[in-house]
Amino acid sequence: MMKWLKANWFYLIVLVIALVVPFAITNRYYSQVITMSCLFAIGALSLNLIMGYTGQASLAHGGFFAIGAYGVAILTSTLGWNFWLALPAAAMISAFVGFLVGMPALRTRGAYFAITTMCLGEIFYLVAGNWIELTGGYNGIVGIPVPSSIVVPGLGQITFDSQISQYYLVLFFLLLTLFVMHRLVKSLKGLTFMSIRNNEDLAEAVGINTFRTKLLSFVVANFFAALAGGLYASLIGSISPSVASIAMTFNFLMYALLGGIATLAGPIVGAFVMPILMEYMQFLQDYQMILFGVLLIIVIIYFPRGFMGLFTTLRDKLKKTKVGA
Amino acid sequence: MELFFQQVFNGVMLGSTYAIVALGLTMVYGILHVPNFAHGHMYMLGAYVCFFLITIFGFAYWPAVAASAIVLALAGVVLEFLVYKPLRNAPGLNPFIAALGALIVLENAVVVLWGPEGHRIPNPYPGIIDAFGITMSTQRLLVIGVAFTMIILLQLFIKKTTLGSTIEAVAQNKEGATLVGINVNRVSAMTFAISTGLAAIAACMVAPIFMISPSMGTMVGTKAFVIVILGGMGSIPGAIIGGIILGLIEAIGGGYFSAAYKDVFGFGALVLILAIKPTGLFGKEIKGR
Repeated sequence: MMKWLKANWFYLIVLVIALVVPFAITNRYYSQVITMSCLFAIGALSLNLIMGYTGQASLAHGGFFAIGAYGVAILTSTLGWNFWLALPAAAMISAFVGFLVGMPALRTRGAYFAITTMCLGEIFYLVAGNWIELTGGYNGIVGIPVPSSIVVPGLGQITFDSQISQYYLVLFFLLLTLFVMHRLVKSLKGLTFMSIRNNEDLAEAVGINTFRTKLLSFVVANFFAALAGGLYASLIGSISPSVASIAMTFNFLMYALLGGIATLAGPIVGAFVMPILMEYMQFLQDYQMILFGVLLIIVIIYFPRGFMGLFTTLRDKLKKTKVGA
Repeated sequence: MELFFQQVFNGVMLGSTYAIVALGLTMVYGILHVPNFAHGHMYMLGAYVCFFLITIFGFAYWPAVAASAIVLALAGVVLEFLVYKPLRNAPGLNPFIAALGALIVLENAVVVLWGPEGHRIPNPYPGIIDAFGITMSTQRLLVIGVAFTMIILLQLFIKKTTLGSTIEAVAQNKEGATLVGINVNRVSAMTFAISTGLAAIAACMVAPIFMISPSMGTMVGTKAFVIVILGGMGSIPGAIIGGIILGLIEAIGGGYFSAAYKDVFGFGALVLILAIKPTGLFGKEIKGR
């Protein structure tokens, strides 16, 4: 137990901070920003699985986020389902769609896969904008109910009307995603993911079924992307086709990349640091996005491993000097 | 039947502009092995440069097209130097993520400078020709004419001049080209200049027919990629044929089924073709990068 504490004290502190943070922040706007950061962290973590660990740049990620969002929106507001039934259903739909489109798309490699998924994302966006009976067209869907309350026997019920409860709801799903990703990446399966990223031909040569492995990674990633999307729809209350746009994919990409791709902490760090950075850059107004693009280019040229890469390099240097002394 | 021929004509018109945009993209891929995601945005920039030369500086149509092509050729060289050159030996996905950065910068720079609303370049040739029951506007015929002229000129340049054949040499074997004294840096810059210059010409030609807006780049860029994949990365004839095919699929799909979903047909065709042949119609086996 002590050994475990010693190894993981840092993460424990982060967890405690995450649990008490809503009481420290009373500003409604900032607590909304933090809830959204947790939500986007789920999306970035799932993109990280397929792109960072498996090396397949899926540019349809925003599309799968949108399947989750539209799924929950349609199931709860149009069909009147319970949120707790609609959320897993929407995520399963997204995983299934991911399975269907992954079959042809994952036969391609490298840049071909990136472009194929970019086209798929564009198709999702166009369908969301034009299938008016189902999606409400470019006006989208409004009046999506907040997550239904849960009745805990003997304790009363938990409602999700307040911002604090919504924060904990999203935090719960972020921790769940992180847990699944951690188990997956550290398992033998995770190693096969990384072997495909490092050298697909070699992976195939040592007997890994690369196609099935890639498909698994893709389906899991899309499941969690839709989970984030479903939460988004329910918490924001209205959605439009813009959730399926390539800009949404770029957001996830940016968070994962700037935080540090192929690390578990990176996408979360990115999803928290970037929106806060954007808040501070508000005064730049229209120039904000330009700066954003420039930042992305600079990071990829000079710090391709993102913030976490910088962090580990510094830590290793410190350790070395300690050993040397 | 008249509807069919009308759609075929529109398809060829669309397809021939797609073909020159895709041609630039496939050349850059052949040389640098970089999918230039910002290519569609260079096209968009070309249309804007043309628009402002005409409306603000009072250029005539053709000088504006030429000036826009030159400006964009220079912009292409700058893009290559700032974004792609530092990443030439970087692994896998890094160059195209940098391209996404470049694309975000370009699109938002245009929004900041000239606003997000659409513009239309005044049509220099508003005439209409009726032949065999097909309505053809003069501008649309010109688009086809210019596109094919460009394609032929480019082919002549690559096949018949020494400077042009260096492009093919670098595409075939970078080390070999360096050994015989070809400056790879200069060839890369030249290829980028030709590629973005061509995109600008295509943009200027269709701008009087369609609206121009800062967001048009993403769609054109995506389509150019569809074509390049249809035709096989790095294959010039593939890009031309792929362009025409996509134009026809869109025009016929849009004319007979649903105009709102016309882009879905094009992208759907791509997914379908890749499902059958993962390296594109004319593609050779590629190594996963």
